Amino acid sequence: MAVFLQSALSGILIGGVYALTGIGLTLIFGVMRVINFAQGDLVMVGMYCTFWLFVLLGIDPFLSVVLTMPALFLLGALLQRTLINRVLDALPQNQILLTIGIGLVLSNTAMLVFTSDYRILSTSYSSSSVALGVIRLSTPLLFCFLITGVITAALYWFLVKTDTGHAIRATAQDRDAAQLMGVNVRFMGVLAFGLGSALAGAAGALVAPIYYIYPQVGGAFTLKAFVVVVLGGMGSIIGAALGGILIGMSESLAAVYIAADMKDLCVYVIFLLVLLLKPSGLLGKSRM
Amino acid sequence: MTPLLEVRDLDFAYGDVQVLRGVSLSVNAGEIVTLVGSNGAGKSTTLRNISRLLRPRAGTMVFDGHDLTRLAPHQVVALGVVHVPEARRVFPEMTVLENLRMGSYIASARAERAKNIERGLMLFPRLKERIGQLAGTLSGGEQQMLAIARGLMARPRLLLLDEPSLGLSPLLVRTIFDTIAQINAQGTSVLLVEQNVYQSLRIAARGYVLETGRIALSGTGESLLANSEVKAAFLGA
Ligand SMILES: Nc1ncnc2c1ncn2[C@@H]1O[C@H](COP(=O)(O)OP(=O)(O)O)[C@@H](O)[C@H]1O
Ligand SMILES: [Mg+2]
Repeated sequence: MAVFLQSALSGILIGGVYALTGIGLTLIFGVMRVINFAQGDLVMVGMYCTFWLFVLLGIDPFLSVVLTMPALFLLGALLQRTLINRVLDALPQNQILLTIGIGLVLSNTAMLVFTSDYRILSTSYSSSSVALGVIRLSTPLLFCFLITGVITAALYWFLVKTDTGHAIRATAQDRDAAQLMGVNVRFMGVLAFGLGSALAGAAGALVAPIYYIYPQVGGAFTLKAFVVVVLGGMGSIIGAALGGILIGMSESLAAVYIAADMKDLCVYVIFLLVLLLKPSGLLGKSRM
Repeated sequence: MTPLLEVRDLDFAYGDVQVLRGVSLSVNAGEIVTLVGSNGAGKSTTLRNISRLLRPRAGTMVFDGHDLTRLAPHQVVALGVVHVPEARRVFPEMTVLENLRMGSYIASARAERAKNIERGLMLFPRLKERIGQLAGTLSGGEQQMLAIARGLMARPRLLLLDEPSLGLSPLLVRTIFDTIAQINAQGTSVLLVEQNVYQSLRIAARGYVLETGRIALSGTGESLLANSEVKAAFLGA
């Protein structure tokens, strides 16, 4: 029982990060109907930012979120303004090629600049843990989840309470009608891509103390973000949050109860089952 | 007097299919002008060109001295031209209140937001009872009320209404037409697209009849109501 609780809880904690990348992806998809296959590579950029901020300036990885997020916001907004904007009316396969291409450029640039060495960011508390009755939870993972929660809550507040947040949701629900309300939908696209990238950057900062950092690490995050978003229902933020936690938990349980190298397989089996039984995702049609 | 809105020689095609051919029309300040015509004549397409959701192939559109063809849709709204589109198009996953707030999204409308929402709810008391409900769960008639109320939130100078009475019960149709006349009396000019030709010519100062993308007839509301072609085509006489 303790083992079950231990691994389920750890899975939920890491699931927060999957949720964050998934929410970013779903936000971008909701507003622009573009699937950002560079999402995981933006996580990678966030990881390197955090790594170098720590190594060169000694900034704690969890504090560096406040720097990584704006930096990635700008990068995302720039990508949208210069590249994505041009393919908004293009065929989906061309949009996919573009975002995959952006991902490749990011990961290969990272390889050129930082080499393909695996790097580890270890802090004083990297291997410490907190006891909770019979189970122990790793301190970095706990921090990671708490910050994820704060960011998600802030984003939710922004979307539900502010005029700009309403405009983003309106654009996602009915692009033409939003224009007729006076919303500059092109700008909403820039904003959504910026926010989606900032969330990826935050995820990168939060996992930097937990994962190996290397240029190709993004691929796994893209794939998981995609699974999370489809699982939760394309365009649904709450769905993505639930999907992330579900994926994190099943991954972690599978590693303990089946086999460590089977955990990805289990994730995809669950993914396919949901698609078979409820093709619209766990939360169905619910949009932003 | 120069008209508030002047559209001249508008040509528009969906791909290769030409839908509008030299459409010219105008709306003077304070008027209700109606654009009638059978299904597929190009009425909605005309409105979507004015609000810039579509780009005309040729022609000019001037609103209060501003060349609309140079503007993006959100800039047209900022000038005070609000388009209430066909089929309601409320934001389904937003509450009634959130939809109304979206109606006053533009900067100049936010100051008077609370007052305008209050006015809108007075016009359609039914919406007040549904204020926290998701718009997608409203009935068709309620969605239509919401779409019109939302269009009024920015206190437009010119309201483009696309078939506001479509699919409503006869009682509700009357309410909607009364409301349009009331909105107009409070100073908003209206370009009204309708299938309900009798009702719309009755409240309109002037009207245009669109036939497969061309203006076939125009005149005062009264003269068109009395016109034998109009009677034969639309009034079942
Ligand atoms: N998105 C579209 N793509 C291609 N053709 C369209 C589109 N929308 C409308 N049409 C065609 O343009 C013509 C005019 O349509 P519309 O302006 O909607 O007419 P109305 O509003 O008068 O019923 C019709 O023949 C219609 O089939
Ligand atoms: Mg129409």
